[in-house]
Amino acid sequence: MNIVVPIKLVPDLVEEIVIDESEASLDTSWVRLITNEPDEHSIEQALLVKESVGGTVTVVALDVEGADDVLYTAAAKGADRLIKLTGNHVTELNNYALSRILANVIKTFRPELILTGVGAHNDLDGPVGSQLAEQLGMPYVGYVAGVKASADSAVVRKEYPGGLVAEMVVTLPAVLGVQAAEKPPRYCPISRVRQAMKTANIEEMPAAEPESVDGAIVVRMSKPDTGERAEMLEGDIEQVADRLIEILRHIDVL
Amino acid sequence: MSKDIYVLIEHLREQVADISYIMLAAARGIAAGTGGTVVGILIGHNVQGLADGIGADRVLYIDDLALADFTSDGYQRVVENLLAQKRPRAFLFGDTSMGGDVAGWLSAHLSLPLVSHCRDLQADGETIKFVSQVYGGKILVEGALPSPTAIVMMVPGGYKAEQGKSAQTPEMVRLPAPALDGLRISVKNYIEPAAGDVDISKEGVLVSVGRGIQNQDNMEMARDLAKALGGEVAGSRPVIDQGWLPSTRLVGKSGKSVKPSVYLALGISGAPEHVEAIGDSEMIIAINTDPQAPIFDIAKYGSQVDLLDLLPVLTEKVTEAKGG
Amino acid sequence: MATTAESPNASVSDNFVTSLKELADGDRVRICLQCGMCSGVCPFGFAMDFPPSKMIAALRADVFERVLNSDSAWMCISCYACTEVCPSNIPLTAAMMTRAKEELILAGKVPAELQLALENSQRYGNVLGQSPRRRSEWVKAADLPINVLGKDNKSTDVLWFVGDYASYHPRVQLVSQALARVFSALGIEVAILGPDEVNDGDSQRLAGERGLFETLATKNWQAFRRYKFNEIVTADPHAFNALKNEYPALGITYPVRHYTQFLVERLAHLKTKFNREIKAKVAFHDPCYLGRANGIYEEPRQLLTAIPGVELVEMGHSRTTSLCCGGGGGGMWMDGFHWEKAHARPSEWRVREAKRAGADILAVACPYEPPRFEDAVKSVQSASSLVVKDIAELLADAIAG
Repeated sequence: MNIVVPIKLVPDLVEEIVIDESEASLDTSWVRLITNEPDEHSIEQALLVKESVGGTVTVVALDVEGADDVLYTAAAKGADRLIKLTGNHVTELNNYALSRILANVIKTFRPELILTGVGAHNDLDGPVGSQLAEQLGMPYVGYVAGVKASADSAVVRKEYPGGLVAEMVVTLPAVLGVQAAEKPPRYCPISRVRQAMKTANIEEMPAAEPESVDGAIVVRMSKPDTGERAEMLEGDIEQVADRLIEILRHIDVL
Repeated sequence: MSKDIYVLIEHLREQVADISYIMLAAARGIAAGTGGTVVGILIGHNVQGLADGIGADRVLYIDDLALADFTSDGYQRVVENLLAQKRPRAFLFGDTSMGGDVAGWLSAHLSLPLVSHCRDLQADGETIKFVSQVYGGKILVEGALPSPTAIVMMVPGGYKAEQGKSAQTPEMVRLPAPALDGLRISVKNYIEPAAGDVDISKEGVLVSVGRGIQNQDNMEMARDLAKALGGEVAGSRPVIDQGWLPSTRLVGKSGKSVKPSVYLALGISGAPEHVEAIGDSEMIIAINTDPQAPIFDIAKYGSQVDLLDLLPVLTEKVTEAKGG
Repeated sequence: MATTAESPNASVSDNFVTSLKELADGDRVRICLQCGMCSGVCPFGFAMDFPPSKMIAALRADVFERVLNSDSAWMCISCYACTEVCPSNIPLTAAMMTRAKEELILAGKVPAELQLALENSQRYGNVLGQSPRRRSEWVKAADLPINVLGKDNKSTDVLWFVGDYASYHPRVQLVSQALARVFSALGIEVAILGPDEVNDGDSQRLAGERGLFETLATKNWQAFRRYKFNEIVTADPHAFNALKNEYPALGITYPVRHYTQFLVERLAHLKTKFNREIKAKVAFHDPCYLGRANGIYEEPRQLLTAIPGVELVEMGHSRTTSLCCGGGGGGMWMDGFHWEKAHARPSEWRVREAKRAGADILAVACPYEPPRFEDAVKSVQSASSLVVKDIAELLADAIAG
């Protein structure tokens, strides 16, 4: 089975997010890029499908800072092919443009299964997966937390609120928006990553220039109004606990 | 150019999801400004009854056996057909498992601009302003929806489901279904969450843990506190993914919405997917060592102490307070 | 003797022995007497399907894959108790247990908590997953100026290697602040690396991630090379062990001492600074990586007995027989796992021992210990009055004012 996993690198929220002077975009100097977490799950799910029914896993990333490390780590975990899409514009893409770029590249691979994260925290114009599916003319199921693939179809577990799950049968080729892999993403020893850096090959392909599109007009970025911020309880553990007891008494929980 | 606002009514197991009412409330808010009507789009089989109480001016109802279960394929066909004839000013979808499957596809198919993670819509003359919350809730993006037609994926934000309900039943217009042969997705069956476990959406006191709980061992401390308070434990996504709590205890977008008297959020950062499910809590108390955690923006009280240090001390004091 | 049917992968054992032979004295595994002393003294031996002597027995019986299929190696907290007592001087901790953990990591059998700590180390240079930019934020909260090396400050007499917990953990930051006060009182010219410092990597090495250790060591080396300093001093025995014994093999060699060694050299001067009494019975917990791993037992005691009012008491297990707090070899990040398997905590045994010895204060000298022992004090009724303090904190208290 030919599986393709397009991944996005997104700002790590452990670092403080800073808005630049224009107030309409982020100050990228402090941004650390890491793999979008649902995409980590997509890589893991792809490897699980490969281990189950055989095949190849191709991981596709844009040429941004940190992409090489991410791709080599995927190879060290078992990915077979690594693709990096290059171009000066790749740091500025929205998902509309990204899905078109990915579609152009991925269709040449003729995959049976495309796994990508169901969304990313910096998606302002919707998730990539459903847009990619449209571009490729493939069916799309999002919020997937389990995939059993066979030659021409896959049974997927789609999550709904409240813990309800729908088991759906999707004909292949298809695009799946992964929420969680069947197992948490595996650990990859650094020694293996280092080895991959020596043996694996990252293929570079140019990302087509996107056509312009009437996207949302961003006027301003700001931090949420902290006017109604929580009243912070001060003191050591004992004092905080005592305060909490007071509060709980006050609302009749105690 | 149309001024109507379309809302895809999400429903499952014969119940209209709260997000649908929330979108209707948002739609109502901007329809006046656009001078258009609020139109609910109801798709399914034999679900016309669900239109009762929907706060829309009109409901377009498309019925077909092939649409009895939600599939993105089926709904995409209907929505594509709908927009072939007439396009609204804005088409609202839930930023959810259902809405997300369709909205992105539609945007790509008709080259219509799409705004997601949207929590607020305001009409300002002919302009529709939006506010989206991204980067795990840490950044608000304000902008304007392009014309003539834009697609919006909505999160609950500040709206309440009640605002989208109505005492009356809106006018229903039944439209013919498009061709639905050759759908590539079908539902095999539904799997209910494990029976026998508590329904956290009905609990009055919830001790909810996030990544900060660190390991399964520490869950015991959370359980002890919950028990002492007469409540239950719940958790955010990472805790369930690790298997430290069953999925019945998940609070958040893919889990349950809760409305306890007190929601104790321990080691939970407060990402929108979680926060949207706890907005109806009477009081939220957050414990997180990260002063920047978005949870502090919606909690009434907070503290930066280490939850692992606090838990045993608090449990003891609660037990004492209860005379135990 | 195992039959072929029982040992289909005979080469697993052979391969393991071969890899041991490549390590210093690793070959000594062949002269194991099967006396069982190692298993007897191992803190978690009772919870292992294959405690150390049984591991060697399995190796000899060509069924080592059974050991790798069990969780036994993950119960090891790299405390060196086994190595200390082995009559054949087999490097059990450094060679056998570490290699076994390496094999488990390569096989993908990593407890989830440990995985997170390792990934955090890789991504952020600290196990806690905190932003590296905030590594020296604790300096602002200290009541003394602490020099941070950087563009404008490129040299110092003493480079103080702080460590993760001492930088980020609220309880251990207090120790850092105390040590800063002691350095200041003695007029020591000391500076820290700040955000360029990363975890020393020693515990990760002992948890089976040699590659990660090398990556972290290299990063620290890049930071060291930017500055001029005469020696490195650290309050972290794990960092001390790494810098002294493991970094040189990677070409990174600097003179390094644990702060207790450094201060004992200045004991006469230090004594003149004491102006407060600490009237208490103090038991010193020998950290595994200061004591058994590096033979430093007396200097910490010399510092404690120098403090006016302190009466040193010894616990039943002390010096070479000291009981580990449970944090080594990855144990610091596997509490949940260890609890599931053993339902016992070494740190709780230790605080009970301190109480039995009549101690008011349990003195420590390793950053893992204040949080671990304070947690144990909370869980052990009989020890609830025990105070846990790093020696630096006691020294600072005695100097205060």
